[in-house]
Amino acid sequence: MSASTKPRVAVFKMASCDGCQLQILDAEEALLDLAGAINIVNFAEASSYMEPGPYDVTLVEGSISAPEQIEQVKEIREQSKFLIAIGACATSGGIQALRNTQDAGAFVRTIYPTPEYVKTLATSTPIADHVRVDLELTGCPIDRGQLLGALSALLAGAMPRISTSSVCVECKRRGYVCVLVAKGEPCLGPVTRTGCGALCPAFGRGCYGCFGPSQPPNTDALGRRLVDLGLPSKLVADKFRFITGWAPAFREAADAIADGRKDEEVAAP
Amino acid sequence: MRYLDREAFGKLVDALAGAGYDLIGPTVRDGAIVLDHIDGAEDLPSGVGEEQGPGTYRLTSRDDDMVFSWAHGPDAGKRFLFPAREVLCTAKRNDGQLTVECRPGDERPFAFVGLRSCDLHAIAVQDRVFLDADPHYARRRERALFIGVNCAVPGGTCFCTSMGTGPKCTIGFDLALTELPGGFVVEVSSPRGEQMIEVVRSREATEEEVRAAQAVTTEAEGQMGRSLDVADMPELLYRNREHPRWKDVAARCLACGNCTSACPTCFCHDIVEGMSITGDTATRTREWASCFSEEFSHIVGMEIRKSRESRYRQWLTHKFASWIDQFGTSGCVGCGRCITWCPVGIDVTEEITAIRATDGEVEVAEEVMAS
Amino acid sequence: MMAVDLRSLEVPPESAEGTPTRVATIRRIVQETPDTFTYWMTFRDPVDRATYRFAPGQLNMLYLFGVGEIPISVASDPELPARIAHTIRSTGRVTDAFRLLKPGDQVGVRGPFGRPWPLREARGGDLMIVAGGLGLAPLRSAIYQAIRHRGQFRRLMVLVGARGPEHMLYRQELDMWNQWMQFRGVETYLTVDVADDQWPYDEGVVTTLFPKVRVDPEWTTAFVCGPEIMMHFALRGLRDMEFPMDQVWVSMERNMQCAIRVCGHCQFGPKFVCADGPVFRYDEVADLMEVHEL
Ligand SMILES: Cc1cc2nc3c(=O)[nH]c(=O)nc-3n(C[C@H](O)[C@H](O)[C@H](O)COP(=O)(O)OP(=O)(O)OC[C@H]3O[C@@H](n4cnc5c(N)ncnc54)[C@H](O)[C@@H]3O)c2cc1C
Ligand code: SF4
Ligand code: SF4
Ligand code: SF4
Repeated sequence: MSASTKPRVAVFKMASCDGCQLQILDAEEALLDLAGAINIVNFAEASSYMEPGPYDVTLVEGSISAPEQIEQVKEIREQSKFLIAIGACATSGGIQALRNTQDAGAFVRTIYPTPEYVKTLATSTPIADHVRVDLELTGCPIDRGQLLGALSALLAGAMPRISTSSVCVECKRRGYVCVLVAKGEPCLGPVTRTGCGALCPAFGRGCYGCFGPSQPPNTDALGRRLVDLGLPSKLVADKFRFITGWAPAFREAADAIADGRKDEEVAAP
Repeated sequence: MRYLDREAFGKLVDALAGAGYDLIGPTVRDGAIVLDHIDGAEDLPSGVGEEQGPGTYRLTSRDDDMVFSWAHGPDAGKRFLFPAREVLCTAKRNDGQLTVECRPGDERPFAFVGLRSCDLHAIAVQDRVFLDADPHYARRRERALFIGVNCAVPGGTCFCTSMGTGPKCTIGFDLALTELPGGFVVEVSSPRGEQMIEVVRSREATEEEVRAAQAVTTEAEGQMGRSLDVADMPELLYRNREHPRWKDVAARCLACGNCTSACPTCFCHDIVEGMSITGDTATRTREWASCFSEEFSHIVGMEIRKSRESRYRQWLTHKFASWIDQFGTSGCVGCGRCITWCPVGIDVTEEITAIRATDGEVEVAEEVMAS
Repeated sequence: MMAVDLRSLEVPPESAEGTPTRVATIRRIVQETPDTFTYWMTFRDPVDRATYRFAPGQLNMLYLFGVGEIPISVASDPELPARIAHTIRSTGRVTDAFRLLKPGDQVGVRGPFGRPWPLREARGGDLMIVAGGLGLAPLRSAIYQAIRHRGQFRRLMVLVGARGPEHMLYRQELDMWNQWMQFRGVETYLTVDVADDQWPYDEGVVTTLFPKVRVDPEWTTAFVCGPEIMMHFALRGLRDMEFPMDQVWVSMERNMQCAIRVCGHCQFGPKFVCADGPVFRYDEVADLMEVHEL
């Protein structure tokens, strides 16, 4: 395929750490094949060269957390045939969404010496809250294999298949010993969407939930189990409020546990 | 009955490895006795035991050198005969010409060392599913050797006596061992088993040894962690499709699928298409799937089993009831893995017992209750 | 001792066959409705062309390179199996990708699978075929066969409903069958939920046709296929007419990944839709159909 007929792919970045883009750069051999199959016309992380739209496929990393990003993402949407939000930030607001329940101005005032220059929204929200998103690839960072699989499918003319099963399904496929059952480690795998390759359990750690809620998660039951394992309910709530804490299912879970705890306190003699 | 001392047993295992078999046996990894590729008898879990309960598993230490004095780890033969992920077909397109190849691979044959009776029964159950339909499974299955072990120490979640599948090996093995302090009483049950035992120095077991071996089984039978009444299956579950217990268990179930993955007979899978980025080669990969996933029952525009209770009901009813109609056997071999490896400790024996105790109860719709 | 060669323990497997994927070439694509197309195809290999056979109501697993495999009924005349047709509505990942196909492109075909419509059992009496929307696709092959063997049935009735005139599959054929009435005796009754000015037939859901047809339930076999809601009302209508349950046949739909009863997806209670179905006698599944989310 010549450069002109190859699909034009652009990568944009909102509020994020670039970790997801690095997953693309780290793809090494696959990147060479990728370069043969697509024409990357805009890649904020890899070069400063930018070509104007329209783009066949656009990857957007990061959440919307500054006023100008709202306009920017709308413009990107207009220029894109197929828009993929990549990573926890772009799909659920990311770790920076922790501020959504707090006073964002106060954060800014404590962190920056001249806060009046930092324009920021009170919330950090996912791309889909602002424009239509054709596909979401979750994870902090995204899984390289899942991204390449998605691009290959799109090149073949098909919508990618993104599984919504739990991390456990993959954890067991890989034959890892369950850290929750065999070690009593708190693990969010049962309510988290697969895609990471069960990375944390592979290293003997519980899952942090960075791929966001599975479909649909029973967070109540897992929350109760984690409390039974001896985790204080505040910490259980904090577990759900972590990387993808603004995803509705996890947000509600954390609130419910926090509320339950308040009830407990009231009920306690 | 033959008798093998520990040394001879080790040599037998080595001989199998030497003959090119891929040895699969229990070994300690990541806080559990798992079934894995091993190099020889020295990898077996000597002096190790385990404690199992609903949603919990812990290794313990033993002050002897017994290698099979525990029940079973998270995996059974399924992981090897029906691997969790396997490329079934490779498709290519060259100049518009499509070719699809689905030939089984030429891996080394497996020699299983130390499968339990429940595991051997589970393989017999999966045989009914795959043997005639799937050449990949059939090839591995038919080339494999099986050294079974009669259980001495059932786990806290075991109920094989209720299912008629243990604790003594009765089917599916070439050799079956009963471990005694100094060595193994060996039952030889196939021509292949006879050939195997001839490779090393063995002798006829003494009457005393045979009696000791029987006692191991008798004692194990009395130590089952759980029991289950399976009378009136499949009808019991068929007539209780609207039982309120489904909703009750759904409130506890995470729909995580660990039970289906750990179960040695669950066979449901997805076929996943993978495409090379260069666009010329595609793979059709079989992956373990779980009926607990919402996407499992997807058809255009809907998921048939949207609610968790319908998914739990599907699993339990399939396993203990409709399996009988489909394959002429229960889908459960009473190993208790689904109980141990359920992160919230849901117990099939408890769920079925609860349904039996309130047989015929139906979910009362809320409107009716209000009026 | 040690003389035994353990390698000789290996027994050669009595190899299970698996189901081969044949390759077919798309010959012609016909647009049926805004989102539904019929793909005519022939097998690439002459042996396949000569040996492939299917019965009405059976399905093929159609494979699109790099995209996936899906169950689709064979919608052409079973007595002309060298050239088969599949009518596909694009509604998702794989079916959408079918729209990119052009004549000359190749697809994989595994099949045929499943239990067919029981045309033999229906002989000697009346045959009533009731189709809603896309449900006509798996029935079309049955209609072809029934017409070919017209003499074996007393009445042959084809009742078809669709959302609107533009959603009616095989429109020209239906018009033709309708005109054949005099000399072939195919009674066609067509209806749409919402008609337009040009629509010459009935308006209303397919069950509104029942009173017009004036069937003799005792002598009639009914084949029913359509969307879930249509099936629900059609079956209720047939029950109200006191159709014997064992003379009514329905086609079921479930997720299907293997079609050889190993993937587990198509279970419907104890049934595997791919092998025990997709066509079921109504009394075999009536109870199961009542269970929510089975
Ligand atoms: C016996 C039978 C006969 C059928 N005949 C026809 C026909 O003649 N024409 C036609 O247009 N459609 C037919 N279907 C439905 C067709 O199989 C689905 O529309 C198709 O699988 C959707 O795939 P998708 O990838 O486009 O949809 P998605 O919604 O993206 O589905 C993803 C995957 O889920 C599975 N799946 C989804 N829906 C179904 C379904 N309804 N049935 C089985 N598996 C499903 C498939 O594996 C599919 O690849 C038939 C289904 C069955 C079971
Ligand atoms: S370690 Fe976590 S992800 Fe893995 S099976 Fe256990 S609970 Fe699930
Ligand atoms: S259902 Fe549970 S106890 Fe029965 S075989 Fe499966 S994992 Fe073992
Ligand atoms: S029963 Fe247990 S292991 Fe199975 S899906 Fe539910 S929570 Fe997971």
